[in-house]
Amino acid sequence: MMSKLELKEDKMLEVQFVGDDDVLNHILDREGGAKIKKERAQLLVNTKKIVKKPEYDLEEDDQEVLKDQNYVEVLGHDVQESLKNGSTTDGGNKVYSFQNRKHPEKMAKLASELAKTPKKSVSSNLKSDPEVTIDIPQCSKGHSASDKVQLKSDLVEEYFEAHSSSKVLTSDRTLQKLKRAKLDQQTLRNLLSKVSPSFSAELKQLNQQYEQLFHKWMLQLHLGFNIVLYGLGSKRDLLERFRTTMLQDCIHVVINGFFPGISVKSILNSITEEVLDHMGTFRSVLDQLEWIINKFKEDSSLELFLLIHNLDSQMLRGDKSQQIIGQLSSLRNIYLIASIDHLNAPLMWDHAKQSLYNWLWYETTTYSHYTEETSYENSLLVKQSGSLPLSSLTHVLRSLTPNARGIFRLLIKYQLDNQDNPSYIGLSFQDFYQQCREAFLVNSDLTLRAQLTEFRDHKLIRTKKGTDGVEYLLIPVDNGTLTDFLEMEEEEF
Amino acid sequence: MATSSVSKGCFVFKPNLKKRKISVPVENYFSKGKNESEDSKLRFETYQLMWQQMQSETERLQEELNKNLFDSLIEFLQKSHYGFQKNSRDWGYQIKLREIPTAALVLDMKHFLQKLASQLVDCNVDVQSKEKESVQVTQKRIHYSMDSLSTWYMNVTQKTNPKMPRKKRTSSQWQSPPVVLILKDMESFATKVLQDFIIISSQHLHEFPLILIFGIATSPVVIHRLLPHAVSSLLCIELFQSLSCKEHLTTVLDKLLLTTQFPFKLSEKVLQILTNIFLYHDFSIQNFIKGLQLSLLEHYYSQPLSVLCCNLPEAKRRINFLSDNQCENIRRLSSFRRYVENQASEKQVALLTNERFLKEETQSLLENLHVYHTHYFLILRCLHQFTSSLPKYPLGRQIRELYCTCLEKNIWDSDEYASALQLLRMLAKDELMTMLQKCFKVFKSSSEKQLGNTEKRIEEFLAQFQSLDAEAKEEEDTPESQSKGLQKTDLYHLQKSLLEMKELRRASKRQTKFEVLREQVVSFIDSLVREYLLPPETQPLHEVLYFSAAHTLRQHLNAAPRIALHTALNNPYYYLKNEALRSEEGCIPNVAPDICIAYKLHLECSRLINLVDWSEAFATVVTAAEKVDANSVTSEERNEIIHARFIRAVSELELLGFIKPTKQKTDHVARLTWGGC
Repeated sequence: MMSKLELKEDKMLEVQFVGDDDVLNHILDREGGAKIKKERAQLLVNTKKIVKKPEYDLEEDDQEVLKDQNYVEVLGHDVQESLKNGSTTDGGNKVYSFQNRKHPEKMAKLASELAKTPKKSVSSNLKSDPEVTIDIPQCSKGHSASDKVQLKSDLVEEYFEAHSSSKVLTSDRTLQKLKRAKLDQQTLRNLLSKVSPSFSAELKQLNQQYEQLFHKWMLQLHLGFNIVLYGLGSKRDLLERFRTTMLQDCIHVVINGFFPGISVKSILNSITEEVLDHMGTFRSVLDQLEWIINKFKEDSSLELFLLIHNLDSQMLRGDKSQQIIGQLSSLRNIYLIASIDHLNAPLMWDHAKQSLYNWLWYETTTYSHYTEETSYENSLLVKQSGSLPLSSLTHVLRSLTPNARGIFRLLIKYQLDNQDNPSYIGLSFQDFYQQCREAFLVNSDLTLRAQLTEFRDHKLIRTKKGTDGVEYLLIPVDNGTLTDFLEMEEEEF
Repeated sequence: MATSSVSKGCFVFKPNLKKRKISVPVENYFSKGKNESEDSKLRFETYQLMWQQMQSETERLQEELNKNLFDSLIEFLQKSHYGFQKNSRDWGYQIKLREIPTAALVLDMKHFLQKLASQLVDCNVDVQSKEKESVQVTQKRIHYSMDSLSTWYMNVTQKTNPKMPRKKRTSSQWQSPPVVLILKDMESFATKVLQDFIIISSQHLHEFPLILIFGIATSPVVIHRLLPHAVSSLLCIELFQSLSCKEHLTTVLDKLLLTTQFPFKLSEKVLQILTNIFLYHDFSIQNFIKGLQLSLLEHYYSQPLSVLCCNLPEAKRRINFLSDNQCENIRRLSSFRRYVENQASEKQVALLTNERFLKEETQSLLENLHVYHTHYFLILRCLHQFTSSLPKYPLGRQIRELYCTCLEKNIWDSDEYASALQLLRMLAKDELMTMLQKCFKVFKSSSEKQLGNTEKRIEEFLAQFQSLDAEAKEEEDTPESQSKGLQKTDLYHLQKSLLEMKELRRASKRQTKFEVLREQVVSFIDSLVREYLLPPETQPLHEVLYFSAAHTLRQHLNAAPRIALHTALNNPYYYLKNEALRSEEGCIPNVAPDICIAYKLHLECSRLINLVDWSEAFATVVTAAEKVDANSVTSEERNEIIHARFIRAVSELELLGFIKPTKQKTDHVARLTWGGC
C-alpha cells in the first residue's frame, strides 16, 4: 500500500493527469481486482453526434433536404478542419469527457525520471488523493459493459446518471479545517500580483492578431452588422484597446455588463441623459426605448457606439433586456460590439432576437484573467469583507431603544454560543421570550413580537418554521461579524 | 477616463463637437485593413453598388411574392365588417355577429406586417394612428374597460367623420371603420389573456367592430392549441399562408445567383454552408441574404482582383488601368497559372513578362468567363428540367442541389448522373416531350442567343417526336412474324431457342424509332452537359468572380462558442503555440494556464465537487510545475499564492458557467455540465 501511494504521489508530481483507465486500474487493484475494467468508449460523446444534432429537428418530409452526409461534410468537416490541432479533431469526442491512455513504457520512463525529483507536499498528497479518486468508480458503476450501439443515448444517459442518485460521494472535508480558508478581495489581488504571467509572448501574439481586425470591425459595424466576441479569456482589455484606437472621435458608451447594479434602465438612462442630453423622465422603459429609437431615426447624422462587456451577465441576460438591447442594436446608426463568456450564452437569443442583433461572430480567445469581471461577484472562496454588514448593523442598532438592543444582544449571544452546533436552526420564539423576560427586557410576548417585527423589517433577523411548527429566529450574519459587533458594543458601554 | 468603477456600469464618452465632425468615411476602414492593397476605393464602391442592386432585387422579389397574399388580406379586412356597416338585421348575420373575424397569417416576415400597418393607416382612416395615443392615455388614468373602449370608439368615429373632408373617399366607404388589432407573434401571448380578451370583445362586437390578425410563426394548428374550442368558436378564422420559405429560397437563389445579372458567384462550399444554415438552423431568408452580403463583402475585402467583379464592359475598362501589382496578382492566381502552362512557350513568356499582352489576354479570358456563365445557367436549367421529375430525384429536386453538384465536380462522373441518364432512357414519350418543351421554353425565354443551335436541335427533336405518331401505325402493321410455332424439342434446344428469341427481341426493340430518338435526345443532353457544365474551377480567372472562403463565412455566421471554449480549456496549445504546452491527446501539461488545470481536474468529479480536494489537487499539479523558482519564496507564501490562483480559476469557471455554488453540502460546488465523469 505504502509503495503504491508513493508511486502515486510521484505521478502527481510530474504527470499531473492520469488517464481514467489508469486510475480505474489503480483503484481496482486496491479493491482486489474484483471488477473488470470497463470500456470508456461508452461514455464518449461523438463529434458527429453533436454536429448532426440539428438534423433531428428537421421535418421528415424534406427528404431532398436531408442529405445528412452533405451536412456533416460541410459543417462537421469544417469544424474539424478548423481545429486542425489534434486534440479536438474528434472535437466533441472530448467535450466534457476525460480520456487518456498512456503507454505503459512511457509511464515507467516517467516514473524513473520522477525518482530523481525532490518530493514536495507529500502530506497533502497522501490525504487528498484517495478521496479525489473515489468519485470515479462511483460514476461508472451504473454502466453495463455495453457495445457501441449504445453510443447514441449516452449523452442523455450520462445526464441522468449524474443526476439520478441524490447521494453524492465526495469527501466531507471543509475549508474551515484548512488553515487558509477564505481570502478577501484585497489580499487576493495582492497575492495574485506576485504571480508572474506565463506565455506572455504567445498571448501578445494572439492579441496582435485580433487587433488587426479592428478596421474590419469598424467597416462591418458601419455596414449594418453587429459584432459579438466569444472565446476563453477576458475580452475587456481587447475591447478597451479597440475603444481607444478606433473610437476616440465618436460618441460611445461603455457598458460593464458584469457590474452587479447594471440594468437596461441604466443603459437607456445614460443614452437619453448623457448622449442625447434629455432631461425629462419616462413612464416606462419601453417609452424610453421608443423615444430613443425615434430620435435616432430622425437624425441620421447621429452615431453611437455601444460597447458591452459581458452581454450575457446575470443582469442583462433576461429576455426583456435582450429584447431592448437588440432593438437598439438594430438601428442603423447604433453600432454594437459586445462580448459573451458564459457557456450557454447563445441560448439567450431566439431567432427573432438574432435577427435584431444581426451578429457577426468573432472568436477572440485571449486567456486573459477575468479580473474585473469576477471582482464584483461574491465568489465562492472570496470572503465578504464584512465591513459593510458590520457598519450597517451598528448603524441600525444605534437607533433602537436600549431594551431593543438588549433583546438583539441576547439573540446574538445565543447564536454565538451555538456556533459549533451544526444542527442549530435558531432560537425558538418561546425560549427567546423566556430569556427576555428573565432579563427584564419585555413584559409580554406582544412587546417582543412588535420588537421582532422591527428587526425583521431591517433584515436583522430571519424567522423559519421548524419541523415541529415552532418559529425559530436566526440572525443572517456570519459569526465573525457578530463577534466583532459584540466587542464593539462592549467597548461602548 | 476609466471604464471601471464600483458605483456605476455605464460610461458615456462624448468627444467635443469639433472633433466629432471629422468623421471617417467608411471606405477608409475598408482600405486600412491588413491588406492595404490595390484599388480598395474602387472595390468598396463596387461592393456598395452590387449590394444595393442585390438588395433591391430581393426586396422586389419579396414584394412580388407577398403581393397576392397582401391583396387578399386587404380584401378580407374590407368585407369582414361589411355587415356591420349595413346594419343588416337578418338572422344569419346576427349569429355571425358573435364571431370576431380573424385572419391567421402564417409567415415569418415582420416587414410584411409593418407594411400592412402602414397601408391600413393611410388607406383607411387616420383613426389608426390616433387610436394608439388615446388608448395610452386612458390606460394611464382609469381602470381600463371594454365599455370605455367602445365609448371612445363612438366618439372617435363621430368626430372624425365631419372632421375629415380630405379623406372623403375612404370615410364614405368606411362609415364605421373596423378596428384592426394585429397580434404580431401569437405564440408568445399568455393564453389566458388572449382567451379573456376574445371572450370579452366578442360580447361587445356589435358596438365595437374588431378584426383580429394573428401573426403565426409555426403552423395554423397552434390556434387550436392555444385556444379552447369555446373560445376559438367565437372567431371566424380565415387562413392566409405565405409561400413556404423553401420556395422563397429557390426564387431568391434563382434571381441572385443563377443569373448573369450579377457577376458575383459563390463557390460550392460557400453555397452549401449558406443553404445548410438555412435548412438546418433557421429557415430564415433574411439570414441567408445576410450571409450573401457577408460573402460579398469578404470577397471584395480580401480579393484584390475583385475589382474586376463587375459588369463586363466596366471590367474590361478597368483592366486597362490595372497597376503592375495587380498584374502580378493575376499571374499569381492558380487558375491563371494553370492556363499559362497549357499555352505555347512564346505565349507563356509574353503572358509572364508583357503587361499589355497580359491585359489583353485577361480581357478575353474574362469575356470567356461571362460567356461560360450564360451557357452554364441555360444548360443547368435545362438539365434541371430533365432531372427534377425523375423518380427518387437522383440529382435532387431543387435546382440548388443540382447547382451544388455541378459546382463541385464534373457532374458526369457521378453515379447519380449515370443513374439519372439511365432513368431518362426509360421515359415514356409524352414525359420526354413535356421535358423537351420545357427546355425549349428555357431557351426561348433567355435573351442570349448564343445557344441558338441547341434551341434548333430541340425543336427538331420535338418535331420528330410528333411525326412519330404518324409512323406509329405503320409500325404496328408490320409485326415480325417470330412465332414459328413450337415444335417438339428437348430441354437443351428449348433453352437455346428461347435465348435466341430473347436476343432477337432485344435487337428488334432497339429498332423502334422512338427508342432511337430517345437515345439521341439523351446523348444530346449528355453532350451538352459535358460541354457546358464544367465546374468553375476549370475556368481561368474564376477567382475574380467566385467567393470561396467558406471557412470565414462559417466562423462569423455559424460560430461554435462552446467548441471554442472547450478547445481553449482542453488544448491550450491550439491557441498558444508554445512547445511547453504541446501534449498528447487528452492530457494537459502542468504549466498550462491555471484555468485549464482547474477545468481538467473538475472533469473528474461527478455532480458535486469538494473545494478542498479540488484545491489540493490543483496545488499538487501547480507545485510540480514550479520546481525552478520554488526556492525564491517561502513555502507558506507560495502556498498562499497558489491558493489565490486556485480561487481565481474557480471564480472564472463559475463565470463561464461550468460550476455554481451549492448549499447541498458545505464547501462544495455543483457541476453544471455532465459527461466525462
